[in-house]
Amino acid sequence: MSENEKKIVKSSLAKENFYKLLHNRLAVLGFILMFVILLACIMAPLLTPYSPTDLNLRHMGKPPGGEHPFGTDKLGRDVFARVLYGGRISIAIGLSGALGGMILGVIIGSFCGYYGGWLDAIFVKIAELVSVFPQLLLVMVMRVILGEGIKNLIIIFVFTGWIATFRLVRGRFFSLREESFVEACRAFGIRSSSIVFRHILPNCLGPVIVQLTLNTAGFILQEAALSFIGMGVPSGIPTWGNIINAAKELLNITNYPWLWVPPGLAIAFFVLGVNFFGDGLRDVLDPKQQ
Amino acid sequence: MATEYILEINNLKTQFVVRRRRVVRAVDGVTFKVRRGKILGLVGESGCGKSVTAHSIMRLLPKTAVIPEGSIMFHPEGGESVDMVQLKPTGRKIRSIRGNEISMIFQDPMASLNPVYNIGDQIVEVLLEHSKITKKQALERAVRMLELLSIPKASERIKDYPHQFSGGMKQRVMIAMGLICRPQLLIADEPTTALDVTIQAQIIELIKEMQSEFGFSTIIITHNMGIVADMADDVAVMYMGKIVEFGTKEDVFLNPLHPYTQALLKSVPILGNAGEDKLIPIRGVTPDPSAMPPGCAFEPRCDFATEACKTCVPGRVGVTDSHIVRCVHCIGENLDD
Amino acid sequence: MTESNVLLELNNIKKYFPITAGMFRREVGAVRAVDDISLRVYRGETLGLVGESGCGKTTLGKCVVRLLEPNSGSMQYNFEGEMRDLLSLNAQESFAARRKIQMVFQDPYSSLNPMKTIYQSFDEPIRIHSNRSKEERRELIARLLEAVNLHPEYMYRYPHEFSGGQRQRICIARALCVDPELVVCDEPVSALDVSIQAQVLNQMKDLQEKLSLTYIFIAHDLSVVEYMSDRIAVMYLGQVLELAPARSLYDRHIHPYTQALLSAVPVPDIRAKRERIILEGDVPSPADPPQGCRFHTRCRYCHARCIEEMPKLEPLVADSEHFVACHLAEERFAAGGTEA
Ligand SMILES: Nc1ncnc2c1ncn2[C@@H]1O[C@H](COP(=O)(O)OP(=O)(O)OP(=O)(O)O)[C@@H](O)[C@H]1O
Ligand SMILES: Nc1ncnc2c1ncn2[C@@H]1O[C@H](COP(=O)(O)OP(=O)(O)OP(=O)(O)O)[C@@H](O)[C@H]1O
Ligand code: SF4
Ligand SMILES: [Mg+2]
Ligand SMILES: [Mg+2]
Repeated sequence: MSENEKKIVKSSLAKENFYKLLHNRLAVLGFILMFVILLACIMAPLLTPYSPTDLNLRHMGKPPGGEHPFGTDKLGRDVFARVLYGGRISIAIGLSGALGGMILGVIIGSFCGYYGGWLDAIFVKIAELVSVFPQLLLVMVMRVILGEGIKNLIIIFVFTGWIATFRLVRGRFFSLREESFVEACRAFGIRSSSIVFRHILPNCLGPVIVQLTLNTAGFILQEAALSFIGMGVPSGIPTWGNIINAAKELLNITNYPWLWVPPGLAIAFFVLGVNFFGDGLRDVLDPKQQ
Repeated sequence: MATEYILEINNLKTQFVVRRRRVVRAVDGVTFKVRRGKILGLVGESGCGKSVTAHSIMRLLPKTAVIPEGSIMFHPEGGESVDMVQLKPTGRKIRSIRGNEISMIFQDPMASLNPVYNIGDQIVEVLLEHSKITKKQALERAVRMLELLSIPKASERIKDYPHQFSGGMKQRVMIAMGLICRPQLLIADEPTTALDVTIQAQIIELIKEMQSEFGFSTIIITHNMGIVADMADDVAVMYMGKIVEFGTKEDVFLNPLHPYTQALLKSVPILGNAGEDKLIPIRGVTPDPSAMPPGCAFEPRCDFATEACKTCVPGRVGVTDSHIVRCVHCIGENLDD
Repeated sequence: MTESNVLLELNNIKKYFPITAGMFRREVGAVRAVDDISLRVYRGETLGLVGESGCGKTTLGKCVVRLLEPNSGSMQYNFEGEMRDLLSLNAQESFAARRKIQMVFQDPYSSLNPMKTIYQSFDEPIRIHSNRSKEERRELIARLLEAVNLHPEYMYRYPHEFSGGQRQRICIARALCVDPELVVCDEPVSALDVSIQAQVLNQMKDLQEKLSLTYIFIAHDLSVVEYMSDRIAVMYLGQVLELAPARSLYDRHIHPYTQALLSAVPVPDIRAKRERIILEGDVPSPADPPQGCRFHTRCRYCHARCIEEMPKLEPLVADSEHFVACHLAEERFAAGGTEA
């Protein structure tokens, strides 16, 4: 069998799952939503000539139409540009927070789940502690310690975000380490690190990826919420949360709906898309359904 | 009107409609009779439809199941014959039969007892449902039943919860629940599969004893030919939703005619033959129930298969009065039309 | 069966699992899963281990494969004529010794990694235990699959594409991929359908002959063990109660437990008229085994001595290959064993 043919047969599991995903309408819809918004944010300079921070005092508070598809804000900044560029940062924060949490959670979860013992007991207690602590309080404490800034927000998200993945991976490892195929590996004398990362971990990746999508969506929402109350990203940097924050006065809400509706919709659609996609992935990767 | 048979199943078909309107023909034209006061052994490998047959008799099927064809005539002693297929699965009539005149013991004793009620409550629940006695009387009867099933200190243990019993004890409790209403027909679905051999022997002996004591009829479902040889008077061998061979114990064990029965008997080791006869395995695996071969279901694995086997489904052939086989090679009276 | 033919010698193996309770996981007792077992395994034979659920068969098997570490005892293994204790090897020797003893597990459905192709599951053990090139490894895997009657192309498939019987044959092939001498088979057919069992059993017999393997064959089904084994050890509550060549165990089952066990096995032969001995009650808990003879709570020949003194597993005077742990062994033997 040639190398080429082998690849084809080998990838059959992935291919099967891919087709199953294609058949899941909601997942496809979610993916399209997510992908379109993401693409638009990445290609922002091609879609709009304006910069999100340039002031234009001649076009203050213009309603949507003409040169400014979403209108301008009270400082004359183009809302469309702000939503696109803000999306970049919001998504980046959400995604890197979720990714960081995933990596941390996977590493700690694998070791705790495989070895158990006192190390495991300690991390379980830490996870419990972090998750019972009111999130807002935690964020405030961390902000006091770390100060303001995008990087610090990401650190906060990583710090609170590893727990779900940790629990998930640890639980999967607990049951998988008893499976006979792991014992077979041990009987062959295969090194523990190889057993953990090459034999057991691939079996938990499905739920981990699902968790990643859910966390990303969750963090984007949290960023918006935190920025809205002024605890998130410094207000000078456009993010979806900050854009809405700038429009939070009562008069703005009724008189200038284009200030907050576009970023609000962007958040809603993106988070919805990510969630749909994540749910679809979960259905496809759930071993019980195979 | 008491006939010789307590149960007559005729051309029973039970089907499941699964995803994308696919139909699983779990039971596909089953016909057999249970003699009054005798034990019928229903054998076959996993997935051949034994449990579905039993659940069809009790009308305890999930909502996705339909019975498009067939009849299950139940002839209770001193009562009127009923066709179980015609009854509403949740109606009054079936509830007065289920657990009372026909009762069932399930495969998994661990899962069939409710962990939050004590044993006594669970046993008398069946009794109170079907007869007008007080709870105290019912409990007394339950204790007597458990004593009969040799559970030590029954009057104390009746207040215990399922987790305080071992697997064998739980199965005894299940049997007590099955027998407390003095049923006329007991259906035991693999009552010993989850148990150890020595405990299995206890339970087998117990069912036999109870049967000779109370005189009920029994259908015992198992995949173990040994248990059938030990307990049954009549044997039905099932393969992929059909009874391929039916007869008295002597017919089936001394003169097995269907290639599947023959192969099955040759493929299990017999204690005391220590490696003398090499086992003859049955080749291949059971076909996928949604992609059945067009002819005889056993044809792909059969050593005697001919062209005829590939094309038409063999009908029921009565070799003797008691011995019925579904194989084209068997000569006798055609019973199908 | 001479001294030099001994492949593995277990001496007084004990494996206790601690029972912990309370917040500080205080040890409040122990499950005596394997309680002082001494056995010999001869090169090329199949030693059967039978017993009821929970009697410690798997635990003993895992100790032999060193998936579990015994609390005490020694396991002498014959390394090209030199007997050495498996438990006191250094890391490098221990790794090399893993090659020689392999295991086939009970559940064929959890024995193969669902995310890896058969090729991937086989490749790593071969690679770490030999210096075969990639091409040679693939050839070896193809040959192994052929040896268990599977198409070599199957190596690029995932486990979910196989039936239970096929999976178990794959697992046997995987155990053989490092060219072991001793294979511990833990109930390899009990999860399989009756019609499939014979395929796997015969396959194992053929491979044993071809590759001169030694088997420790664990099962709870006496008929299967008898079919496979040269000698059979009957276990009860972590101990061996009787050990004898298969034939003499069946003909002369001397231990009352063996007698009951044999009589309890349902035989698919309606002409065999057998008297069934029904044991009373259940197996006692291995966390709190009875004093004296482990079996005395259920034994119908139990007398005063049985309650106080634990019988040792000793050979019969008349038959040095037949070991029994019962105070009545000689008497029962003299009485001609027991009626079959
Ligand atoms: N609820 C259901 N939905 C769809 N198919 C079902 C359902 N219940 C059973 N089946 C199918 O019906 C067939 C017969 O199942 P059944 O449980 O009767 O087997 P069995 O002979 O009792 O096997 P076992 O020895 O494993 O208990 C199987 O192919 C099974 O997959
Ligand atoms: N990891 C463990 N921790 C605690 N107790 C254990 C552990 N493994 C096994 N045991 C206990 O040790 C005893 C022997 O178990 P083992 O699995 O060896 O029995 P077995 O003879 O293989 O039984 P089976 O026929 O059910 O497989 C049992 O009582 C079991 O509960
Ligand atoms: S009908 Fe044909 S294929 Fe089926 S069992 Fe009989 S001989 Fe074999
Ligand atoms: Mg069943
Ligand atoms: Mg075991």
